[in-house]
Amino acid sequence: MQGLRGLLAGAIVSGTPLLYATLAELVSERAGVVNLGLEGIMLVGAAVGFLTAASTGSATLAVAAAALAGALFNMIFAFLVISRRANQLASGLALMFCGVGLSALLGAPYTGSQIGGLGEIRIPGLADLPLLGPALFAHDVLVYLAAPAATVLWWVLFFTRWGLGLRAVGENPLAAFAAGRDPYRLQYQALVVAGILGGVAGAHLSVGVAKAWAEWMTAGRGFIAVALVIFSKWQPLRAVGGALLFGGAISLQLQMQAAGVPISAFLLDTLPYLLSLAVLAVWGGTRRHAAPGSLGRVFQGTE
Amino acid sequence: MTAPLESGGSGVARRARLASLTAPAGVALVVFAAVLLAFGKNPIRAYVDIFGSTLGSAYGLSEALVKMTPLVLTAVAVALPARIWLINVGGEGQLYIGAIFATWGALTFESLAAWLLLPLMVALGFLGGGLWGLVSGLLRARGWVSETISTLLMNYVAILFLNYLVFGPWKDPEGVNYPQTAEFTTAAILPALGQSRVHLGLALALAALGLFAFVVSRTRWGLEMRAIGGNVDAARRSGLPIGRYVVGLMFIGGGLAGLAGMCEVSAIQGRLRPSLSPGYGYTGFLVSWMAGGHPVGMLAAAFLLAVVTAGGDVLQMTQALPGSAVNILMAVILFVVLGRRREDR
Repeated sequence: MQGLRGLLAGAIVSGTPLLYATLAELVSERAGVVNLGLEGIMLVGAAVGFLTAASTGSATLAVAAAALAGALFNMIFAFLVISRRANQLASGLALMFCGVGLSALLGAPYTGSQIGGLGEIRIPGLADLPLLGPALFAHDVLVYLAAPAATVLWWVLFFTRWGLGLRAVGENPLAAFAAGRDPYRLQYQALVVAGILGGVAGAHLSVGVAKAWAEWMTAGRGFIAVALVIFSKWQPLRAVGGALLFGGAISLQLQMQAAGVPISAFLLDTLPYLLSLAVLAVWGGTRRHAAPGSLGRVFQGTE
Repeated sequence: MTAPLESGGSGVARRARLASLTAPAGVALVVFAAVLLAFGKNPIRAYVDIFGSTLGSAYGLSEALVKMTPLVLTAVAVALPARIWLINVGGEGQLYIGAIFATWGALTFESLAAWLLLPLMVALGFLGGGLWGLVSGLLRARGWVSETISTLLMNYVAILFLNYLVFGPWKDPEGVNYPQTAEFTTAAILPALGQSRVHLGLALALAALGLFAFVVSRTRWGLEMRAIGGNVDAARRSGLPIGRYVVGLMFIGGGLAGLAGMCEVSAIQGRLRPSLSPGYGYTGFLVSWMAGGHPVGMLAAAFLLAVVTAGGDVLQMTQALPGSAVNILMAVILFVVLGRRREDR
């Protein structure tokens, strides 16, 4: 029981940055843009968040700074793929490289620093429930906000005029343009939102979970999020389940290590990546029809 | 956007090509200088360190050539599948698996003579990287997983697997707890040029590059690849085996990156260690994109980024900059290249 409770709590904690990252990629892909630079955005968010927390002592300020940094950083990518119509995959990878370097430069003076980070908020009453109480109701604020964020994104995408326009651009930018929407503007807006969410995802890793900074600490979570978007069929609410499942894979590996299971930690660490590949192999092909129609294509304008 | 591949050409074209490579590098140097200034570092000193330490002496130059060797191989590993628009970002993982396969050969057949053992290790390295790439090729050919995302994910698996081996079953019992295999016998070490660390792998890399240039511009395969890259539907209707090209090019591409891993583990490390590559697979991707897959351009870009990589090591010592800071410089070069080129696929 103890182990199961630990696994669930761990799945929630490890799943949270994955969920924010998945939502970031989802909003971007709904607007027709594949962003492989998410890994870099998360790293910049993690570094900026950590150094803000270390120098101001405020975790709230840290998350806000990370969100802002993520949005600004993603504008490099937005300019390339929207205004310059550059190849999305290569531009995303370039952004990743840049994020790796920039975050290393930003974080270097803070390696080994200690911060308080995001505090645990115990929900009065609920956290003391027997069995699952502590696993579910003793987390930091970003954990509690993750599932609501997915719900808000779902509502925005499917029940607002802005969301409709965004999805229209992702399906068929020319038709959206004909209907009086500005595809470029909507895609820029989507990438601002994606940058914010990606920055928060990184901040949760450094300020919420690890409470430390390490170079390339995201360890491929940005790419796992890309797989999770396919897994969740580009639906924000399904992303919650997907993030929990993958968070569970990360947490399972930690739990097994703690329990002294005689399997190399390095092999256990491959679990989330193999799971991503397996998920893609099983659903990648069949779910393609669920993908936005113009995903990855470059809107050439109307000239 | 398929750049004409025929080498030679008129002087004007050649000069234009040279400019297309140097201009982004120039812009990137200025931007990176601004970043360094913002972080309170002296960019002029940084550049003096980077270029002085590499281009300023015979030793520095030879070290740049050492770093250029894997970059040429990992760049061709990207450029070849890119002929039919496959994006292979798995060079890093393919390099690691190639090194693992080659290490297995070196440790298992250590009594063989060099003239037998080295070709065997080359073949094993190619095979290992190739199989790693093949998985992504198969997944793509079936329409299941984009090769971009699968190669990226498999990089992490490969690196973790290498760590498992050197911390676990392959750990040198006499290695006082260092995570590394036993040292290779001298027969398993690629011969070096004189007193330098420049090794036979450079010849292998140049041969691979030459072969690549020949195949894409002078053979039927090259023509068919151009047809597939130009218009998949038309190529399919004319009966070209597209799936076989997808799988085959990912295998050969992976194999070339695996060869880079073999060279590193044999000539540079002399044993398998976790610190096998400072991201050669990723940098090779950059080299290939910088040059638009052009063979001569890739050679120049590989040299330039080898200088930057070697310079990054120096910056780490002289300027207390993290080694990965030069990633910014590399990324900005790619930003400029991508931002200038119109996507007209």
